[in-house]
Amino acid sequence: MPERKIRVMVAKPGLDGHDRGARILARCFRDAGFEVVYTGCHQTPEQIAAAAVQEDVDLVGLSCLSGAHRMLFPRVVELLREKDADDITVIGGGIIPEQDFSLLYDSGIKAIFTPGASLDSIVEWIKTNVRPH
Amino acid sequence: MDSIIKKICAGDVRSASRLIRDIEDKIPEARTKIKKLYTHTGKSFIIGITGAPGAGKSTLTDALITKLRKNNKTIGVLAVDPTSPFTGGAILGDRIRMQSHADDPGVFVRSLATRGALGGLSQAAGDAIHIMEAMGKDIIIVETVGIGQQEIDIINHAHSVLVVLVPGMGDEVQTMKAGLMEIADIFVINKANRAGAKQLQMELTSMLNLSSKTTDGWNPPVVMVGDAFKPETFTEDIANLSRKIEEHHVYLRQSGKLTERMHRKAMAEIKDALHTCLLEPVIKSLTAKGELEKFAEKIKNRKADPYSVAEEITQRFLKKEIEK
Ligand code: B12
Ligand SMILES: Nc1nc2c(ncn2[C@@H]2O[C@H](COP(=O)(O)OP(=O)(O)O)[C@@H](O)[C@H]2O)c(=O)[nH]1
Ligand SMILES: [Mg+2]
Repeated sequence: MPERKIRVMVAKPGLDGHDRGARILARCFRDAGFEVVYTGCHQTPEQIAAAAVQEDVDLVGLSCLSGAHRMLFPRVVELLREKDADDITVIGGGIIPEQDFSLLYDSGIKAIFTPGASLDSIVEWIKTNVRPH
Repeated sequence: MDSIIKKICAGDVRSASRLIRDIEDKIPEARTKIKKLYTHTGKSFIIGITGAPGAGKSTLTDALITKLRKNNKTIGVLAVDPTSPFTGGAILGDRIRMQSHADDPGVFVRSLATRGALGGLSQAAGDAIHIMEAMGKDIIIVETVGIGQQEIDIINHAHSVLVVLVPGMGDEVQTMKAGLMEIADIFVINKANRAGAKQLQMELTSMLNLSSKTTDGWNPPVVMVGDAFKPETFTEDIANLSRKIEEHHVYLRQSGKLTERMHRKAMAEIKDALHTCLLEPVIKSLTAKGELEKFAEKIKNRKADPYSVAEEITQRFLKKEIEK
């Protein structure tokens, strides 16, 4: 069986210009051997979900430091479901208070990483939990 | 008909992107699907865009999409970025510039990593084009990597090739060296509001007057495109560029050059397919059995030479095929 390559997307939903973390993650994922689609900032959940399907990624990583994750993250999961693409894993990170974790997990977000999370632990999580389609 | 094939022909993005993925990952069943799709391909107009990284290829692609959508054309975009030779990973960033079209169902943007291919595209590009053609896209835009010195694979795939240059980057010399003069159907001097644009235009034009391409019946125009962040002029410049592309398309059809290019493309496709069907399985089988390593060892110690080894392998594999 030929080796399948993991494809991921890093996206920044909403009006949030904090892209340093997202860029660092994109580079780190490349160095882990993944193919990384980067969408840039100011994306609507609709744009993110459509791009994820067009790019056939295994995982969407949402980065949000503005505080709007409670609205935006679940919406992306919901849109993917509508597109019959709920096999795409969605994880998130950024400035996310602990009391919001359960709301996000319940909505279908599979993992959350906050400031200080080591890049290795994020890559490790993906390698353990994501199988290429 | 195979249900996947049916879905792709009906324009289903998910099935199409998945099949592109299978082609990239060299899943054998994917080839079977391409065989079935093939009769549905060959009807799209294919535009190639090449030029150095940062020249503005993705930004131009985005603007062309906007223009073509106004004429109700459906669009496929293949955007190629380089795979890191060290990690095998890739950052596919062309999409950033095109995201405003992400939720337009008439536009399908798919990023590809080179995965070691050197000609500016990915090995999967040819089949990815076929898949987008089968989806019924009117126009397919292929953006090359823009790093290679010999970035000429694109001519085997595109009907019109745009070469994008920027003033003040020493591009005119690079263009000559990289053999881009010969492949351009249209030159774009991008960011033409910058100093040196007129100079670059003059140099290009005089080089073109000396080249043989102009005797073909088509003089590659040099199109100036100004600042992408000044919508008043940029929209006008893109309309002009789009007109030149259309003129080239008309020229190709009327002069019979289109069939010539399709023939060239068919030739390239056979060679690619031979590579996939003949050479790759041989190398794979030799690698799996550890034979390739042993041959390398022999050659290293001068117990054999590469030609004799290759001849021995060829004989063995061809004989097996004939016995079958
Ligand atoms: C640098 C910074 C800026 C820079 C951003 C530069 C840039 N291009 O990124 C500038 C100066 C521009 C800026 C501006 C603002 N900022 Co600011 N900024 C910061 C600061 C100090 C650091 C952020 C950072 O880059 N961290 C480094 C990166 C690597 O870490 P990270 O993004 O958190 O990512 C890590 C994890 O969170 C996780 N992760 C993050 N995303 C993802 C995604 C996935 C998929 C995964 C798996 C993991 C993951 O992994 C990473 C590695 O551990 C934070 C404070 C802080 N300590 O976080 C405030 C902070 C984010 N900013 C804040 C604010 C309010 C603003 C402004 C609104 C200020 C203002 N009033 O003008 C503006 C808004 C800008 C905008 N357009 O959105 C607040 C946000 C408050 C909130 N959410 O409730 C913070 C928290 C400061 C604070 N304590 O008040 N900011
Ligand atoms: N000033 C200016 N910048 C531009 C123009 N077109 C593109 N750029 C910028 O040039 C950089 C590279 O553009 P991109 O389209 O990604 O180039 P590519 O690598 O050739 O695809 C980006 O930062 C763009 O914003 C332009 O007309 N004027
Ligand atoms: Mg680009």
